Amino acid sequence: MITIELPRALGPYADGRTRVVLEEPCTTVSDALRALGGHSPGALDRVMDERGQVRPHVNVFLNGESIRFLSGLETPTPDGSSILIVAAVSGG
Amino acid sequence: MTQKTAANGSGVMLLVGTMKGAFVLRSDAKREKWKAEGPHFAGETVYALSHDTRNGRNRTYAATQSFHWGATIRTSEDGGRTWTGPERHPVRFAEDSGEALKQVWQIVPGRADEPDALYCGVEPAALFESRDNGETWTPVEGLLAHEHRPKWQPGGGGLCLHTIVLDPENRDRTLIAISAAGVYRTDDGGRTWTARNNGIRAEFMPDKFPEFGQCVHKVVHHPARPQRLFLQNHWGLYRSEDWGDSWQDIANGVPSDFGFAMQMHPHDQNTVYIVPLQSDEFRCTPEAKLRVYRTKNSGASWEALSDGLPQSGAYETVLRDALTADSLPVPGIYFGTRSGKIYGSSDEGDSWQEITDGLPPVVCVKAA
Repeated sequence: MITIELPRALGPYADGRTRVVLEEPCTTVSDALRALGGHSPGALDRVMDERGQVRPHVNVFLNGESIRFLSGLETPTPDGSSILIVAAVSGG
Repeated sequence: MTQKTAANGSGVMLLVGTMKGAFVLRSDAKREKWKAEGPHFAGETVYALSHDTRNGRNRTYAATQSFHWGATIRTSEDGGRTWTGPERHPVRFAEDSGEALKQVWQIVPGRADEPDALYCGVEPAALFESRDNGETWTPVEGLLAHEHRPKWQPGGGGLCLHTIVLDPENRDRTLIAISAAGVYRTDDGGRTWTARNNGIRAEFMPDKFPEFGQCVHKVVHHPARPQRLFLQNHWGLYRSEDWGDSWQDIANGVPSDFGFAMQMHPHDQNTVYIVPLQSDEFRCTPEAKLRVYRTKNSGASWEALSDGLPQSGAYETVLRDALTADSLPVPGIYFGTRSGKIYGSSDEGDSWQEITDGLPPVVCVKAA
């Protein structure tokens, strides 16, 4: 089981939820995000672009660590992992 | 002469896109007092707005870009008072294209005889079309696969397709402009595209008159004389009488031929408006005077319009889609600045008033 925590901005695209529990097997962050897209394609659209890359100003954390400093989307997700998606500190 | 149905009864609705959301300004036909609503999409960039009255519609489109969550197109059915957005971003490149949408720069309703068609220009430079009122969009492959594409270079705003000029008499002919690739035209419904930059200079290139690579900022025409085009270039003002096959310099009497914005008079095919800027480095109004320039003779001469506009200390910038005209019998002309001001004229530019101040940087103004 993997849990994905979404920012409030994405709640409307996930049936109003900001916490999505994935029951399907997910061995990597990529698997988990694609599973999220199966339930909530609008939420995934806002996290990843058409190329399947995390948008530049979105941060994805696995169990508290940014996946940018792990193995990116191929970072393994042990059972019970928590994925946190947040808007990066950016803008103007 | 086409008289659009104003979305605000017999008055005027100004759609204003800014770096921090969209605003809607409304006035009656006198255009003396305005009420502002907004911001809609607070915090999001709104580079393109469009109003569609074909087939009795009262639909407004807004291209919005979240710094974090990507770009999409939202719609309003009540004159911009309330908006809805799609579940998924409707304008998207194919997954295997290697491209990702950054921004929608232009939304243009299709011709009168294709009432369900819409076109949009995007960054990275591509043209998308919809045949179902914007429900679904597909890229125009003939342009996306153009042999010049690998050599197109981004301008200061990115590699964007910002201008779409439809031939109202010929569905197969469309002209587009890309910064910095120049003008391209199709005569076969989008299957093939040919660069149409003969006579347009590229000041920043070793060859000043290349086949392509120009940084064209805006192209306009009058539907009653579609083959005659006016063009504001990154240095240069031009007119074409042959759908862009050739271009003639018309920078006759302007303080600078650099600028972004250009607007056609809605009822007079010889009258065009521009807002010159001092240089591509400074990009502010020359001599710190805010002046709109108007030609009434297709570019043979230009006159400064300054009555009511600040003539000292005005370091203003008006961007390519921030100059517009309404379609009332005596048309109003409007523009927005990067400093967040909106100015309007209800007498074709002869005199001006400040409509509002204090908005976020204005990137787009459209009258409906």
